[in-house]
Amino acid sequence: MTAVVPGKPADTSGGLPVGGAMRVMGSETEYGIHAPSAPGANATMMSARVIQAYAQVTRQRAAGGAETRWDYTDEEPLHDARGWTLERSSADPEQLTDQPPVLDAEAIALAYGRQELEADGEDESGTLLMNMVLGNGARLYVDHAHPEYSSPEVTSPRAAVTWDAAGDLVALAAVRRLAADPDLPPVNLYKNNTDNKSVSYGSHENYLMPRSVPFGEIVRGLTPFFVTRQIICGAGRVGLGQDSARAGYQISQRADFFETEVGLETTIRRPIINTRDEPHATADKYRRLHVIIGDANLSQASNFLKFGTTAMVLSLIEAGLAPRIEVHEPVAALQAVSHDTSLTALLRLGDGRRITALDLQWIYLEAASKHAQDTGVADAVDGDGHTHEVLERWAATLSELGSDRAAAASSVEWLAKLSLLEGYRQRDGLGWDNARLGLVDLQWADIRPEKGLYYRLLARDRMQRIVDDAAIARAVTEPPSDTRAYFRGRCVSRFGADLAGASWDSVIFDVPGRGRLQRVPTREPLRGTEALTGGLFARHREAGTFLAELLGLSPGS
Amino acid sequence: MAGQEQQQPQSRDTEVDEDVPAAPPAPGDAQASAATQGVDDLLDEIDGVLESNAEEFVRAFVQKGGQ
Repeated sequence: MTAVVPGKPADTSGGLPVGGAMRVMGSETEYGIHAPSAPGANATMMSARVIQAYAQVTRQRAAGGAETRWDYTDEEPLHDARGWTLERSSADPEQLTDQPPVLDAEAIALAYGRQELEADGEDESGTLLMNMVLGNGARLYVDHAHPEYSSPEVTSPRAAVTWDAAGDLVALAAVRRLAADPDLPPVNLYKNNTDNKSVSYGSHENYLMPRSVPFGEIVRGLTPFFVTRQIICGAGRVGLGQDSARAGYQISQRADFFETEVGLETTIRRPIINTRDEPHATADKYRRLHVIIGDANLSQASNFLKFGTTAMVLSLIEAGLAPRIEVHEPVAALQAVSHDTSLTALLRLGDGRRITALDLQWIYLEAASKHAQDTGVADAVDGDGHTHEVLERWAATLSELGSDRAAAASSVEWLAKLSLLEGYRQRDGLGWDNARLGLVDLQWADIRPEKGLYYRLLARDRMQRIVDDAAIARAVTEPPSDTRAYFRGRCVSRFGADLAGASWDSVIFDVPGRGRLQRVPTREPLRGTEALTGGLFARHREAGTFLAELLGLSPGS
Repeated sequence: MAGQEQQQPQSRDTEVDEDVPAAPPAPGDAQASAATQGVDDLLDEIDGVLESNAEEFVRAFVQKGGQ
């Protein structure tokens, strides 16, 4: 029998060290999409082709179909208080197909089977696959008019960088596949956030938090941090204003698209703090904080600090120790910070003081550092193995931004891009309105290493690496070992042909010989790990016996 | 490295004979010069990578709405 550790109901840390940079987190990247040879092509159709192309790649890779449909029902509140079921090894199989009294596609599928699910109109795209669950635990799908990669759940900023960068390799594999297809126009994908013609698309972060933290505290603690975080992790942008009507350079891709302080929307009137509340986990214990203000990062160091510092500020908020600072008119301040590449602009605080964005980041760093030291997680030897590095890099980056910007250009993405642009401006005497600078900005984010300017700098070691290339390549097919993404990814890789669907909080089996679909809920993000289920995967090569042991069924039932 | 070469006795003597200031370039200047050379190399490489017709390419990059 598997080693099973019963969860403690009141514990939302799941055993992760508290107080520092570790927590359950993940990234979402919407890629800009462009087919230069087919300028009128439909963006949604092109995005679907990207997903389809990657499905062909994984089919080749696995020879058995390492892809699984996304189970959309996860997007609905299921009011299902059931947790992870590994410890319920003696559960009656009928209990596991108990459904809430909601007639949704999943309920129909569980009651009747796969054919009805497909006949239910879920798959109207015909042969074009719009949604995939990958063997690394990620989701790849068409969101609005962009291909989107949502990383698997990880527990550290380093792993967040790794599995986010793996998404860029997934996207690259799809681009290569399409480029090799003589019947389809080649498609370029860009890891950026705007077309500079008033449209923006997101790069989101997700952080798991205990639901017991009042949302007002999250808003108060995070807003000043988010107004200024861009100076360490902005990706840089040529053009000012949503439609780039004014010439110039700014720190953030996204800042000009934010119009309000708090709100539910993500596509209009974008808020600094987004209130979407889909926990994708046990809802009375957890909140999934959905952060929409960040730039997509190619720079690993910027991406590392984006996740690491934010996770630490959330730890401060959970402990009630966030700096008591209020920024006057945060939306205007956000844009003022973005437009000030000299980092000298003064922000007005609620108490009348005026400080720079750098000052404000130092205040947060000092508070986060003290809390992490008090809890012990920051220790270089006995700490949690991650927080120490986040603090070191955070402090070094702020110091460099203050006194050695040339040094910061190898890690801070907006400065790296700016130094390249300044090279062009000096050599060729270009003004900020010159299209060539706009092209440098766009092509910075081309995900092809031979075309993407970030990758050209990386090849010359002008950009720092946080994770080595081999680890990123592994993360294209391997799930993280320490979250439920391990279970999801392994199920997809091993039993893809026997899955009817999967989502963040469930995996649905359709095993030959069984009358109905079997849903395995995965509502605890820190269960389903390699430690808990690795043995199960090692013991079973077939889905039938695997499921029988997992659900406590007799093999033939 | 460049600074060391210029401190060789022979070259210094020549400079003195010609009544030209003998001070070798400061190391900072040498670094700056190397950095400039690095940027020039980089720009040359990127010239060859950039899409042709910048104006048209940038104008054609039009996205539909996103989150």
